[in-house]
Amino acid sequence: MTASMLLNDLGLIAPELILAGGAMALLMVGVFSKVDLQAARLVNTATMALFALAAAAAIWIAPDAPQTGFGGAFVLDALAVYAKAVIYVVGIAVLMLASKFLERERLAKFEYPVLVTLAVLGLSVMVSANDLIGLYLGLELSSLSLYILAAFNRDSLRASEAGLKYFVLGALSSGLLLYGSSLVYGFAGSTNFDAIATAAAADANVGLIFGLVFVISGLAFKISAAPFHMWTPDVYEGAPTPVVAFFATAPKLAAMALLARVLMEPFGPMVDEWRQVVMVLAVLSMGIGAFGALMQTNIKRLMGYSSIGNIGYMLVGLAAGTQAGVWAVLLYMTLYVFAVVGAFGVILSMRRSEGMVERIEDLSGLAKTRPGLGYAMTGLLFSIGGMPPLVGFFGKLAVFVAAVQAGLVPLVIIAALFSAVSMAYYIKIVRVMWFDEPKGEFLPAPAGVMAVTRIAGIATLALLPVVGFLFARVIQAGGALGG
Amino acid sequence: MMLQAAAFYILSAVAVLSAFMVVAAKNPVRAVLFLILAFFSVAGIFVILGAEFLAMILVIVYVGAVAVLFLFVVMMLDIDFAELKQGFLSYLPLGGLVALALAAMLALVGFTWTMSDTASGHLQAPMPADMTNVEALGAVLYDQYVLYFQLAGLILLVAMIGAITLTLRHRPGVRRQDVGKQVGRKRAEAVELVDVKRGEGIG
Repeated sequence: MTASMLLNDLGLIAPELILAGGAMALLMVGVFSKVDLQAARLVNTATMALFALAAAAAIWIAPDAPQTGFGGAFVLDALAVYAKAVIYVVGIAVLMLASKFLERERLAKFEYPVLVTLAVLGLSVMVSANDLIGLYLGLELSSLSLYILAAFNRDSLRASEAGLKYFVLGALSSGLLLYGSSLVYGFAGSTNFDAIATAAAADANVGLIFGLVFVISGLAFKISAAPFHMWTPDVYEGAPTPVVAFFATAPKLAAMALLARVLMEPFGPMVDEWRQVVMVLAVLSMGIGAFGALMQTNIKRLMGYSSIGNIGYMLVGLAAGTQAGVWAVLLYMTLYVFAVVGAFGVILSMRRSEGMVERIEDLSGLAKTRPGLGYAMTGLLFSIGGMPPLVGFFGKLAVFVAAVQAGLVPLVIIAALFSAVSMAYYIKIVRVMWFDEPKGEFLPAPAGVMAVTRIAGIATLALLPVVGFLFARVIQAGGALGG
Repeated sequence: MMLQAAAFYILSAVAVLSAFMVVAAKNPVRAVLFLILAFFSVAGIFVILGAEFLAMILVIVYVGAVAVLFLFVVMMLDIDFAELKQGFLSYLPLGGLVALALAAMLALVGFTWTMSDTASGHLQAPMPADMTNVEALGAVLYDQYVLYFQLAGLILLVAMIGAITLTLRHRPGVRRQDVGKQVGRKRAEAVELVDVKRGEGIG
């Protein structure tokens, strides 16, 4: 590798370099500062600036045509740039939600933003991976940081249990992924996605299919698609709420983008083989998401089941196996991620004088006691559920349209039925908020949480005028995948 | 050629047998010693393959560091291994089933691989002819896969941060080393000269 090639390659990973260098520098700042609380605040603010800088860099270096670097290991295309920008912005929002909560719960340590940065770095490597090794390293970097964040409240039994459960099951899924990758490598002769695509087009034998199924299983764990969802409700309930707000958003988006890339690029020629697998995952996830959530009393657990269900709808779009499908999934994911950040803002506002509460009945009468929160939560929940005319509906619509275009009408009918079932529990929460008698008032939320909640809530309606533009982008945008 | 084949079969047999003994041995110290034997035989197989550097690394890192560390842990920790192994037989049917499924899967994959027309064409020469072992490894690690190498470093950093965040507790009242204080100490503070009269001692 010559110096000019290296410089060119380093230019492609500018956002990642900013994040990695920043994380290490901030770690040093935290270690050598004397006052813990001040260090935590300083590092937190600096990390937000770092994310903003990385997002700007990602958009700044966005190439017109897809570019690869490091001998084809790293790819920068429209999909990668888009996903990175969203991930960094979500990172800022999640840190805004976290800071005051952590201070109140005596968890404010400078390691928190540093770990979030390293997790985000792993996610951004994932969406740019063009090689099975890169895929695995990005996944492990982000997952390891997330395991630690889940157990961050180390004095809490529930958080430690959540962290341990997530870690053990995550290690198992990594094993599945690696086993699949080794099979793919054995039968394709390379770990590079382009070379795998060539091999798959030439001869899609049983070995490759075997490997593909294992790789999908490993990734399905990360997006918590059924039947690999067991960890989701427990981890959502046990881990600290701001950490869950992070879990439920950026890693899901990155893993989904990665799954889309893996299915569309290296295994694009084998679409008929993987479509069945993705359809099974989709139907199971939608079913478990819809029926599992009905009986929940804890709002965080409910969000866990809701995320399983929503992943199912996204997989419907992915099953289409077309460019329109991929972009529909991205649109759905983006709208979903921002709505979920807002919803977790509301959950973080559920604080009474005796401490945080997280049961659904604690929300009763919210619309009377705190109308702003009530309106925001109503809009966010309906948007997540896909109720027209809120923006979330158009995400779902795009996914269904893509699937219908690919001829998957029965799957879309099933999805629509489950969608109707899942509306029941969103409506249940909204009923509790609007029609039940108030049971005490929440304390005012910190400014950061308030801002995130309001912006996300308003966005469920304010984005409506630009939906047409988003749609055009979804359907026609020169998709980066599966040419 | 005969000699090579004989060496391969002897080394593989020893490796497999000692690996089995690692699981089967009653005494944990013996299990670790069998593990070391397994490492040695695998190192021998690496030498036959022409990967001398890997063979040496295996001996130095795994035998020299990891296995000795295991030995320490096994001897230091007071674990009742007999009690740990009590449930061993009751898990045997389930474990055997899983092992059987795994073996069947591997057999299927192996069978497919042998039958496939294209797969065997992907076999790659492990060693470029015009380079030494170390050069070849260096070219792969620090040139072709430099990005992954750095990422792996970051993963280790995360593991370190995690271990510290989750376990370190600053206890008050613990006396710590203060290098500046130690170095800045004057003779007058540390040493006191006492005139002791003969036969009386310090009273």
